[in-house]
Amino acid sequence: MNLLDFDIDRLHTALQARHCSAAEVCRAALATIEQRNPALNALLSILPDRALKQAADTDARLAAGAPLRPLEGVPIVIKDNQCLAGTRTTCASQMLANYMATYTATAVARLEAAGAVIVGKANLDEFAMGSSNENSAFGPVRHPLDPNRVPGGSSGGSAAAVAAGMCLAATGSDTGGSIRQPAAFCGVVGVKPTYGRVSRYGLVAFGSSLDQIGPLTRTVRDAARMLRVMAGYDEHDATSSLHAVPDYLAELSGDADTDLRGWRIGVAQEAFGAGLDPAVELAVRQALKTFEALGATLVEVSLPRLGYAIADYYIIATAEASANLARFDGVRYGYRAPDVTTVHDLYALSREQGFGPEVKRRILLGTYALSSGYYDAYYLKAQKVRTLLRRDFDRAFEQCDVLVTPTAPTPAFKLGEKTDDPLQMYLSDIYTVTLNLAGVPGMSLPCGKSGEGLPIGLQIVAPAFEESRMFRAGWALEHALLQ
Amino acid sequence: MTDLATLLREKYEPVIGLEIHAQLNTRTKIFCPCPTDFGAEANANTCPVCLGLPGALPVLNQAVVEKAAFAAFALNLHINEVSVFSRKNYFYPDLPKGYQISQYDQPFSVAGYVEIPTSERDEGGRPIAWQLKRFRIQRMHIEEDAGKSLHEGLPGSSDASYVNLNRSGVPLVEIVSEPDFRSSWEAYDYVQYLRRALLYVDACDGNMEEGSLRCDANVSIRRRGSDRFGTRTETKNLNSFRFIQRAIDYEIARQIRILEEGGHIVQETRLWNEREARTYTMRSKEEAHDYRYFPEPDLPPLVLSAETIAALRARVPELPEPRRRRFAEAYGLSLEDSTLVTTTREAADFFEACVRASGNPRAAFNWIANELLARIPIEKLSLTTSPVSPEALAELLALVTDGTLSNKLAKEVFERMLSTGKPPKAIVQELGGGQVSDVGRIEAIAAEVIAANPKQTAEYRAGKTPLFAFFVGQVMKATKGKANPQVVNEVLKRLLEPPQ
Repeated sequence: MNLLDFDIDRLHTALQARHCSAAEVCRAALATIEQRNPALNALLSILPDRALKQAADTDARLAAGAPLRPLEGVPIVIKDNQCLAGTRTTCASQMLANYMATYTATAVARLEAAGAVIVGKANLDEFAMGSSNENSAFGPVRHPLDPNRVPGGSSGGSAAAVAAGMCLAATGSDTGGSIRQPAAFCGVVGVKPTYGRVSRYGLVAFGSSLDQIGPLTRTVRDAARMLRVMAGYDEHDATSSLHAVPDYLAELSGDADTDLRGWRIGVAQEAFGAGLDPAVELAVRQALKTFEALGATLVEVSLPRLGYAIADYYIIATAEASANLARFDGVRYGYRAPDVTTVHDLYALSREQGFGPEVKRRILLGTYALSSGYYDAYYLKAQKVRTLLRRDFDRAFEQCDVLVTPTAPTPAFKLGEKTDDPLQMYLSDIYTVTLNLAGVPGMSLPCGKSGEGLPIGLQIVAPAFEESRMFRAGWALEHALLQ
Repeated sequence: MTDLATLLREKYEPVIGLEIHAQLNTRTKIFCPCPTDFGAEANANTCPVCLGLPGALPVLNQAVVEKAAFAAFALNLHINEVSVFSRKNYFYPDLPKGYQISQYDQPFSVAGYVEIPTSERDEGGRPIAWQLKRFRIQRMHIEEDAGKSLHEGLPGSSDASYVNLNRSGVPLVEIVSEPDFRSSWEAYDYVQYLRRALLYVDACDGNMEEGSLRCDANVSIRRRGSDRFGTRTETKNLNSFRFIQRAIDYEIARQIRILEEGGHIVQETRLWNEREARTYTMRSKEEAHDYRYFPEPDLPPLVLSAETIAALRARVPELPEPRRRRFAEAYGLSLEDSTLVTTTREAADFFEACVRASGNPRAAFNWIANELLARIPIEKLSLTTSPVSPEALAELLALVTDGTLSNKLAKEVFERMLSTGKPPKAIVQELGGGQVSDVGRIEAIAAEVIAANPKQTAEYRAGKTPLFAFFVGQVMKATKGKANPQVVNEVLKRLLEPPQ
């Protein structure tokens, strides 16, 4: 069997009818991993024994007549910055190359409790810092359709694993686009939930006020199903929300739900500016026409401060990161430089040797932004800009139900193409970072292909805690594009 | 060269401010459910949160908010309805996250004060003259403690240090005074009172040896009459009342000496060394950390509604200084006496219960101060720990007042109350009744004594008056000590008069 023939709905139909067993599904995933991972480098850990045992448990439950749990028998991959007790959690860093997690992240535990089978841990940009997955200490991930191209980042391993059929779904984490941009590059669905929607407990922090765990899947319905399992208040995360989690799937079923009559789709001119690849613009504009064909009305809205988003993001995210990464000091766990004789050298050399160049660059940027004498000019001002950006969204959503933008300005670029120019690399987050700053949810889903056959992603943005709208609009588009 | 006392009196004025870290006595840590008990095996009281493991997040313990609120009320601080946690960034091996979660520009509470008796001391450490002074408190914020580094006394200590993270995440409040103290004894009296007040509201166990109360002192010197502050030093690591007082005096003397020699004070952080009774430079201003404070993104702002604050305030007991003043006024106690019986809330409760039951504050104080406190230290005295209840003690006082017991007999009854736990009246019964004050009975006994001792009687009547004590002794002996001494005196005087 080939997982690429399945989504979770189909898998569950097959499991229910006993056309296949969870063990067979798991073995199929492991076979694809064995076959494709050496070239793609999507996974840093493969967990065959653990996965097969979980699959056997599922088969035993089903044999005993137990009903299917929401993710029963679904092979999934966890981004390697999320803790899974008893397994390595490396964050793709030398710093944590041998770090064994002692507890399991809440979102991951909820997936397991829903019956998911974890087949491996996915590669990423070191500590989730990057947009191409070239910043991994364990080598870059390659694009499943073209080994010379990047899968996007930082959840590049997760996106590639789903696209290559190593699993049916994966978790990513998204601080400035790290789920949506690789989802767009690899042609899968990726969701950045509302800030606070999914617990961050057990997610190794990058930018604490921006980070969210979210799903990468083959379909919108699968993403909705995954999010429903992961979302909800967690007593271990004071920033997780008490907002009730709706049954996202309930609205994604009959044909009537693909009817978008009465919907107002916001289109921000600022999101179609300079630097946008013509193929991407074409695909997104065609998708907008499809929305109209489904009955929706296009509404022109404005995000006047979008131009400040990248600068704003790289101050706030790096400032938080500079503190978040201070715990990696070589004292209690992780990499420790050999032959040091003073505490100062222990810190300096362990961090010098343990972190890669992009991580060090961001720690330096963030430390600078918080320094005495610069705090007001950088960090404080960035927080004010953040408030203004949030207001831009509030105003836009007074006029529309969801916003639509490209996910990324270009399709997947080539390995090495942007590594010498960090600013150019940062600009590939232009459409995504704003959502993290505003705290609102966004989803990337495939909307077409470039002339070279590379996937193009479209981003649907919803107001805070209105993920349902995003799923509904995305599901309608997905259906329309399939026909 | 002029001596220090003269220089202090005539030329210089010390300006002192204190920063006190008090451990809030919650059962569990501030951001995780680990226990806070002292003395557990090293690193036993830890979890992913207080170890700073990757991915772990802090969640505020609501018990900390309550205790902090009580501490704020104890010090007349205004509680902010919104306060914000911040990260204080610095590297240290016992700081697992590389930052301490504290509060910075929006602290939990501000603008408090205490108004308390304070006095200079003579060379024997005795107070010279008490006076009431108000010391302002700038702010009190909530923060987490770090762990403890151990550099000595363990296998391998010669080339390694150890870290114990049991303390990591223990809740603290940092209480920052205004620079209102003008002598080391004012600082001493303030810290004493602060400890007492925190114990009253049950916010801190006040145990200085275990580090529940730690003090840093900012000291500077200026010319008398000047309204500008001199350059200050901060002395750290003062973990006993005596150290605080001595370190401040040391620092005052050191700074005056420098100024007198024409030097200038360097702004720096210094460390008190008790063994050598002096302070040492720890780090200079240039080496001071840039803590890069910024709001803690993992914790939402701490919001307390006015109603919540009012509800907490309603649970605050009467504070030690107001209570001391009330005792002094209502019960006629001196400053020292009222201070003694308000040492702890429990002791004050005991005293007040005894006053209420007996209606005799003076006698209640004397018995508690002289008899009860000879058996149980005041810090331990409470309604539950005292070997006699306030009601039983009041009953005993009543028996003295109504003449049933002499003071001497009362002490004997008190001893038996202690050993048997029985009420005083029952003990008096066992002893064959109380004091004999019946004049007729005593006259009869006295007459017998006089008749049995003709020689002494004759000598007394001849002018050998010291023999009077002999007759008193004989009467007391015959009554087994129960005769009312005043009555015995009066009767014997009368009967021994030479017959007319």
